[in-house]
Amino acid sequence: MRTLRFLLQKEFRQMFRDKTILVMMFLLPVIQLGILPLAMDLDVKNINVAIVDQDHSAYTQKLITKLGASGYFKIVTVAPAYKQALFSLENGKADIVLEIPPSFERHLIKEGNQSLNVTADAINGTKSGIGTAYLLAVIRDFNQDIRLMSNRQPVAPAIIDIASSAWFNPHQKFTWYIVPGVLVLLLTLVGGFLSSLNIVREKEIGTIEQINVTPIKKWQFILGKLIPFWVVGMIVLTIGLLVARLFYGIIPLGSILLLYLLAAVYLMALLGFGLLVSTISNNQLQSMFIAFFFIMIFVLMSGLFTAVDSMPVWARTIATFLPITHFMKAVRMIILKGSTFSDVLPILVFELLFAIGLNALAIRNYRKTQ
Amino acid sequence: MVKCSSMKKNNPNSAPAADHADMPIIADHISKSYNKGAVNALRDVSFEVKKGELFGLIGPDGAGKTTLFRILTTLLQADKGQARVSGYDVVKDYKQIRSSVGYMPGKFSLYQDLTVEENLTFFATLFGTSVAAHYELIKDIYDQIKPFSDRRAGKLSGGMKQKLALCCALVHRPTVLFLDEPTTGVDVVSRREFWEMLQQLKRQGITILVSTPYMEEAVRCDRIALIQNGQLLNIGTPSQITDTFPVKLYAVKAASIYTLLKDLRSWTQAESCYAFGDLLHVTLGPHTGDDLALIREYATAKGHDQVTVQRIAPSIEDSFIRLTTTNSLQYGSADQS
Repeated sequence: MRTLRFLLQKEFRQMFRDKTILVMMFLLPVIQLGILPLAMDLDVKNINVAIVDQDHSAYTQKLITKLGASGYFKIVTVAPAYKQALFSLENGKADIVLEIPPSFERHLIKEGNQSLNVTADAINGTKSGIGTAYLLAVIRDFNQDIRLMSNRQPVAPAIIDIASSAWFNPHQKFTWYIVPGVLVLLLTLVGGFLSSLNIVREKEIGTIEQINVTPIKKWQFILGKLIPFWVVGMIVLTIGLLVARLFYGIIPLGSILLLYLLAAVYLMALLGFGLLVSTISNNQLQSMFIAFFFIMIFVLMSGLFTAVDSMPVWARTIATFLPITHFMKAVRMIILKGSTFSDVLPILVFELLFAIGLNALAIRNYRKTQ
Repeated sequence: MVKCSSMKKNNPNSAPAADHADMPIIADHISKSYNKGAVNALRDVSFEVKKGELFGLIGPDGAGKTTLFRILTTLLQADKGQARVSGYDVVKDYKQIRSSVGYMPGKFSLYQDLTVEENLTFFATLFGTSVAAHYELIKDIYDQIKPFSDRRAGKLSGGMKQKLALCCALVHRPTVLFLDEPTTGVDVVSRREFWEMLQQLKRQGITILVSTPYMEEAVRCDRIALIQNGQLLNIGTPSQITDTFPVKLYAVKAASIYTLLKDLRSWTQAESCYAFGDLLHVTLGPHTGDDLALIREYATAKGHDQVTVQRIAPSIEDSFIRLTTTNSLQYGSADQS
């Protein structure tokens, strides 16, 4: 026990003397959580629309006003012909072109129907898809209005009005969805990267040579490496939760204790992964690349940005076997939904298995003799 | 007791002395190769170090010194052969060895971001002891770096680092001390001091195995082994090794050393000739007559001024050069062919 205590003392001393790592450890959660969720907002706003109005009637005026009033669209140009409007799409000024044909109003009144042309720049798939959908919704709404206005039909057609209510995120704020995700990302970075650099650093400086000739036990050495990063991970989580509360007003609905318990186990699994990487690599560059390779996959497949459920089957299978996927889910459940212990128990067991497995592998792989 | 590997080759069963207490280090036919046999780091190396002896392993870079150290300190396993340190087998009893030997790797291997004192305390704890427990052993050395005990190890000078590393290797009072090239990259004064410290440790009864690429340091050891390309060339006391130099050695000097070297190398009578400091060391092949006169006559005939020829006692380096070039030695010079 005395040996372990001194090992820990040494690790913490080294950590506190490495100013860069120290600053990064505490700046990382603040900056990442403070900035990324705002930047990563998937809500589509500011869709630039170029309008080709060939009718210039009261109806077109109404449609354009409605478009501008929706808050999602910015009318950048009103072009006299489709060709000019298309040009503004090509040079990136506009995202969508709405073409209103001549005699738009007359056809609508006389014949009761009229087609419009919507052209979208699909380089940014999300923006064009969602933008077009919004635009169509506005036009549909406009359609309802004019039917009522025209009074041609004495009885308004039956309309199914759908009112939706969003549970667990009533205002459908994107930050609510992404902040818990970024929190998980942070823990993954701290746990995965920092720990993967640690043993290999001793290898690179040569200190491991001196350590290996001492009678120190393997488990003491590994524990001495694990515990400091585990503590750092918990501190990062605490800072992260504070930032989420102060910046975004996100207060976990569920038990904070449960969140910490889950994070503790998840961190253990991740530290095991980092140590494993550390034992198989010979220098810091190698271990950085190996860790980067895996963590990139972990993060992109975890459901941080995209829903795991909408992935192809093979990807979903991979995602199911990643500890981060389940942890991400559990963190969102606890923070947003207020899930209880019994809800996340299967996930907790899963993470625990990972923690045991990865650490066992790391300990087995770390050899004092070559 | 002293046996060169080449002598023992035909008799692998001649086991080393059974009395391990007198032989803290026994290496028995050790071989080790890297890259699946592509590089033979050690070839059938056998030697023994007596209790309380200061034993030097002398050889150039890449001779296999560090590999041998790593095998003896249980950091590496040999492909073939056995070794015992302090009576313990390096493979089976590695645990006992780790708590009873001190090892100072060739590369500075202490924590550069910890202070002098923290490093020392840390390693004392790892060995389950305290700095105070065996303080008298390290006192003389530690006193020299004590004024810097709050300084980080990375900020020490080369000689200071060396002393700290030695303290850390001695903190648990090991019975055997392994020093891998402790004087490489250290200034002349620190090197001399370092060897004096080793003499003191020897007096305290610690067996020391030290390696060095510097031939002139060999005379400070009780016994030495010359190593080249993973093979031991010769083992013995420094004087034994120089005494077995088979021929007479001459130091030759003239106004123009370089042309003299070229002339002597192309001389059929000269067996070998190489530069040694600002002199040339020459050995002659079989001939009749006075060696000194012969060399002087030849040099003067080639038009050299201020020719001086002197018979000298061979140094370890001369022995080493002779041992490593024996195979290529022949009458005349290779330059002619």
